Amino acid sequence: MSVLILAEHDGQHIKQSTRQAVTAAAAWQQPIHLLVAGADVSAVAAEAATIAGVAKVIKVEAPHLVHLLAEDVAAAVQQIAGEYQVIVAAHSTLGKGVLPRVAALLDVGMVSDVVEIQAPATYVRPIYAGNILATVQSSDAVQVVTVRATSFEAAANGANAEITSAAAPAAFGKVRWVSEQRNLSDRPELATANVVISGGRSLGEQFNALLEPVAHKLNAAIGATRACVDAGFAPNDLQVGQTGTVVAPELYIAVGISGAMQHLAGIKDSKVIVAINHDPDAPIFKHADYGLVADLFKALPELNAALG
Amino acid sequence: MKIMVAVKHVVDYNIVPRVKQDGSDVEISGVKMGINPFDEIAVEEALRLKEKGIATEIVAVSIGAENSKDTLRHALAMGVDRAVLVQAEGKLQPLGVAKLLKAVAGREQPDLILLGKQAIDDDAGQAGQMLAALLGVGQGLFASEIKVNGNEIEVNREVDGGTETVALQLPAIVTADLRLNEPRFIKLPNMMMAKKKPIDVIAGTELGVDFASHLSLLNVAEPAPRKPGVIVNSVAELVEKLRIEKVLA
Ligand SMILES: Cc1cc2nc3c(=O)[nH]c(=O)nc-3n(C[C@H](O)[C@H](O)[C@H](O)COP(=O)(O)OP(=O)(O)OC[C@H]3O[C@@H](n4cnc5c(N)ncnc54)[C@H](O)[C@@H]3O)c2cc1C
Repeated sequence: MSVLILAEHDGQHIKQSTRQAVTAAAAWQQPIHLLVAGADVSAVAAEAATIAGVAKVIKVEAPHLVHLLAEDVAAAVQQIAGEYQVIVAAHSTLGKGVLPRVAALLDVGMVSDVVEIQAPATYVRPIYAGNILATVQSSDAVQVVTVRATSFEAAANGANAEITSAAAPAAFGKVRWVSEQRNLSDRPELATANVVISGGRSLGEQFNALLEPVAHKLNAAIGATRACVDAGFAPNDLQVGQTGTVVAPELYIAVGISGAMQHLAGIKDSKVIVAINHDPDAPIFKHADYGLVADLFKALPELNAALG
Repeated sequence: MKIMVAVKHVVDYNIVPRVKQDGSDVEISGVKMGINPFDEIAVEEALRLKEKGIATEIVAVSIGAENSKDTLRHALAMGVDRAVLVQAEGKLQPLGVAKLLKAVAGREQPDLILLGKQAIDDDAGQAGQMLAALLGVGQGLFASEIKVNGNEIEVNREVDGGTETVALQLPAIVTADLRLNEPRFIKLPNMMMAKKKPIDVIAGTELGVDFASHLSLLNVAEPAPRKPGVIVNSVAELVEKLRIEKVLA
């Protein structure tokens, strides 16, 4: 029996989160297979085959898979699921959409957002916005699991795995892809950046003007609070927290952020947390390694200057 | 169009939960509870569809213990037409919830089922997708805007790196994200009125599905606290500390 990982890619490259899922999947000590679905994924499959620890790559190609709808991907996983004891994906938009569907189709439970695999069916996962860590044990014959990518190292290259193909099931048909809007930025990807600088709603219309120069010098990704996104100062995909992106950078800088537990849920695993807030009683200071009580409108330009 | 909305009774989002002395579970006795915030957004969206003349009837369904009636009353006070409690004691997992919701959907025959994208207690985020799979219908997850056009619903969804729009054939499942709407404030008279409205109660065991849990909780713990931080006096001092930590070049 083997472990199947649903690989994630952008049409050209395998996402870092898939490499992190490969590391997580090593816990089962079984051969690891990667499923790569798309319209034309030869290049992606070739890259997948080089990831250390991967024994086999299974390509599922069809024109209708050009945009990966969860309904179609779940059917592709289900059709080969019988050969696997474990089905894994990163806890990303794709994994969250596909794996619960797969689990229901297989009539098994699912374990979401796993941060530690203690034994083949025993997992640690955060609940209550990360305020509690629960250790759970599954009794299902097939384990369906999404893993929190940032809790695992990314697997490097070092394999030369076999690449095979499986036929794509017919299109689900009841869902039509219409359009997408990618918030393009030349900043590193939020979920995997080494440095993240986030702003709260107090930055207002100056959100970008204030954060961009500093982010540029730090090669940092930019994040935001829900309040900041709700107010329209930052796009939705920058939201960090319980219900946004979870980050775990070496350095997290929170600027004008109060420190609500829903926000903290997304930053707890950062190595060093810095908080800049003009209110000395802001809860964020209890969770920061370094705090600076200051007006952000003065401190950010100063920080920018100090970074040379 | 008939809408079914699933609502869960959870610990209030402002409460920092604590672990029971023996570490067996989270202490929820005596803790303030309420409607899961994402489900409240789902209810609000259903009400708006009714106010626009698109929906004709809204039924709220909760799966859980007797105290879930409080959350159903909240939905009634917001304005849903009917409330159904599927009584199921003990630990429920999303798969069991999805099976029970499917059974209720079989009775109610809704054209659209709305749920929150996740419950803020378990943070699993599975029920909507599982229900969609069991019903064999499309899922519009993490919705930030929806539009009904005839037999289709267009869902603008929040995804990694941006937004995406998909069109689902009805019946379909939609799960609500935070920015779908801002739920209305409940006026006191509506709350009083909701107390008098009936709630249909169905025993989970009557619905003929196996909703036993496949997952056992071994223990819970609070994450290790961070070591206390340092307050620095200037940007210069901050930069110096970060260089010592080797997180700044
Ligand atoms: C179900 C649910 C899910 C949620 N999910 C998330 C999530 O994923 N992510 C998230 O971030 N939030 C989430 N929230 C919202 C969260 O509870 C907070 O409301 C939000 O994080 C607050 O954002 P904020 O810090 O920008 O704003 P505020 O709480 O208003 O804080 C503003 C801070 O800025 C400081 N400030 C103001 N002016 C200045 C200045 N000139 N200089 C320095 N400091 C200044 C203030 O002292 C204050 O501390 C969620 C809430 C709910 C109910």
